[in-house]
Amino acid sequence: MKRMRILFTGVGGQGTLLASRLLGEAAMSAGIPVRVSEVHGMAQRGGVVESTVMLGGIESPIIAEGEADLLVGFEPLETLRALRFCSTDTVIITNTAPIPPFTVTLGQAEYPPIPRWMEFMGSTFRTVIAYDAEAVAREAGSTKTVNVVLLGTLCATGLLPLRPEALRETIRSRVKPKLVDVNLAAFDRGLVQAQ
Amino acid sequence: MHELLTHDPGRFMLLLGNEAIVRGAIEAGLAVSAAYPGTPSSEIGNNLFQIAQDPSSDISFEFSTNEKVAMEVTAAASAAGLRTLTSMKHVGMNVASDVLMTLAYMGIKGGMVIVCADDPSLHSSQNEQDSRYYARMASLPVLEPTSPQEAKDMTMEAFDLSEALELPVILRTTTRTAHVRGPVKLGNIPKNKKTRGHFEKAPMRWVAVPAVARTRHKVLLDQFEKAHGLAETSRFNTLSGSGRTGILATGVSACYVADVLEELHLFDRVRFLRLGFVHPQPRNLIRDFLAGLDQVLVVEELEPCQENALKVAAQEMGLTLPILGKASGHIPRLYELTPKIVKKAVCHALSLDHPSPPLPDLAALPPLPQRPPSLCKGCPHTETYGVVKEALSDLGLLEKTIFPTDIGCYTLGLLPPIQMADYLLCMGSSIGSSAGFSLSTDQKVVSFIGDSTFFHSGIPSLVNAVHNGHRFSLVILDNGTTAMTGHQPNPGIRLTPPGYSERHPRISIEAIVRACGVRNIAIINPYKKKEAMEAAREMLAKDELSVIISDAPCILYLKRMEGKTQKRTPATEQTQAGDEGRDRT
Ligand code: SF4
Repeated sequence: MKRMRILFTGVGGQGTLLASRLLGEAAMSAGIPVRVSEVHGMAQRGGVVESTVMLGGIESPIIAEGEADLLVGFEPLETLRALRFCSTDTVIITNTAPIPPFTVTLGQAEYPPIPRWMEFMGSTFRTVIAYDAEAVAREAGSTKTVNVVLLGTLCATGLLPLRPEALRETIRSRVKPKLVDVNLAAFDRGLVQAQ
Repeated sequence: MHELLTHDPGRFMLLLGNEAIVRGAIEAGLAVSAAYPGTPSSEIGNNLFQIAQDPSSDISFEFSTNEKVAMEVTAAASAAGLRTLTSMKHVGMNVASDVLMTLAYMGIKGGMVIVCADDPSLHSSQNEQDSRYYARMASLPVLEPTSPQEAKDMTMEAFDLSEALELPVILRTTTRTAHVRGPVKLGNIPKNKKTRGHFEKAPMRWVAVPAVARTRHKVLLDQFEKAHGLAETSRFNTLSGSGRTGILATGVSACYVADVLEELHLFDRVRFLRLGFVHPQPRNLIRDFLAGLDQVLVVEELEPCQENALKVAAQEMGLTLPILGKASGHIPRLYELTPKIVKKAVCHALSLDHPSPPLPDLAALPPLPQRPPSLCKGCPHTETYGVVKEALSDLGLLEKTIFPTDIGCYTLGLLPPIQMADYLLCMGSSIGSSAGFSLSTDQKVVSFIGDSTFFHSGIPSLVNAVHNGHRFSLVILDNGTTAMTGHQPNPGIRLTPPGYSERHPRISIEAIVRACGVRNIAIINPYKKKEAMEAAREMLAKDELSVIISDAPCILYLKRMEGKTQKRTPATEQTQAGDEGRDRT
């Protein structure tokens, strides 16, 4: 089985860990060897939250510089920060809706202009799928579903050894019942963003 | 029912290392558990706490006031013949170590597992000490898992081992084994386990006076010798591959090594020893491993414990082969290892080029703004800091004030715009260090401590401050919960799960402060600016010890508890809420 390293990065509160966990659960159900590593602790709220999903028998829980096969960025600044884990072959999916850190709101630092750096990414990496996932999540019914929108897009790349239905099934069984519908809607909207 | 009580042998669940430990303990017949939370160990206590609330469970669990108390609670229950577990972060072991050193002499009856979670790279901690040194100091066996499945299996085995040796067994994890998820195969949950113990009195066995401890020390050394034998046959130690270079690795480091060997197809060049039973080192296995090797690389997180033990073993065997690792500079002693560091070290040892993927040129990227964690919007700590700052400024004292702080969400007061944290060592250090600053300087001293930390280790130092006449102001930030590690209850808890408060009376911090003999006390509501300012000014102007208790619940926990019953399946709900559990150091 092909070994695959997927890096998720975002800001505390965006549901990064849920996204990586859903992918992990779906992989486990499909009998694919999987390891998911999570960040708990100080960083969790308001800080950077990274998680990884390793498929196909990789034992290491973390990803070395240049070794991510896929990067899913929940926030554009965090996507930029995580580029060092990418090679030029890495497939990158990123939300373009910014969440400025307080260092920016306090005027101590400057938020990099997003269009410019998206363009940079486009010319540096083989595949970059960038869009406003927050807007898509809003259309789906809740901005809290940015995580599942991006999961949909990740699935649509066709690189995962998992079909969309496997992830839908995991969403049905792992997400709180009253949130299943909105998450399924978000997932499906994410799926079409890859085209 | 709690997810970890699922009775479905053979089924796989995607568990966190910490959850797998809990499941292993349940399957092994855990009866009593106690802990103080701390990242990266917290999910063990959190899950056991929820499980203990479950009517279908017969496990007793408590959040104790600190790690020392938790270890005493579980040690005694083990002496009464029950299976017990206590968990802590590495620095928690410092607090519990007074118990540990003599508990090793006294031993146990029912199996006792001590989970100690190290935090290489200090993700959420004040240091990166290696708890295996404690195991060496105490002469206790240590198991170290590499995956959630192993975490479960080792926990179960640790109970048997503990009973076979009549010693507590340490299960050492690190951040990357505690916080990794993987498939874990469920086993049986025992039906008729022992939940009531009986303590057989035997003063010459259980009372650590010199005469008894002298004999017990000998028993400990004998048992430790036996542990050597058990390590030899442990299924957690495996030897694979062949070649004239050996690699010995433990814990998550073994994962990194395994991936490198696989990726670079090195199994016919490297003999790989994965140690899971890491202390004591199995002598015969080590002898077999070393036989015929030209060199060995040792890969382990933090301190060169295996490396040094291996050097001793080689010396005893009369071998002079190079033993590479921390001392040789192949593996750093600072911070956590990464797949890259390990790959480089392996390639270096084997004189191989290490292949690198095509890296992007990122030189053009601008400096990226940092995103440090911050206090929640509306957090009462922000208000309290504001009140104290303004009051000190009114009194003309702000510039000359030293702010010793403590461990909790409020430690983030270090960052702008608050910047009211000047000195911190460990849990409870705010009060003791305030005494030191006040007696040695002419500066004003105002320190901060949270409710849980006050109960954990603040009380003795407050008594000290009163008795020795130290002059400073202490602000107790009483938000009614242990917020930073995920809102565990503490003795001052105000926001409680339903039914909890009947069995757990609240201890008043004000009453304690008064009983310590503090004369100047003000209780403020930091959201009521005017009154709070007035009271704060009065207390801060004193030239003797004064205590301000800022009484305002954690806003995040308050929101979560509103209209919510406490029943919850652990992981899904937690993550659905948006990764909001925030952990303290
Ligand atoms: S968790 Fe509670 S105490 Fe901690 S920062 Fe948030 S509101 Fe404040």
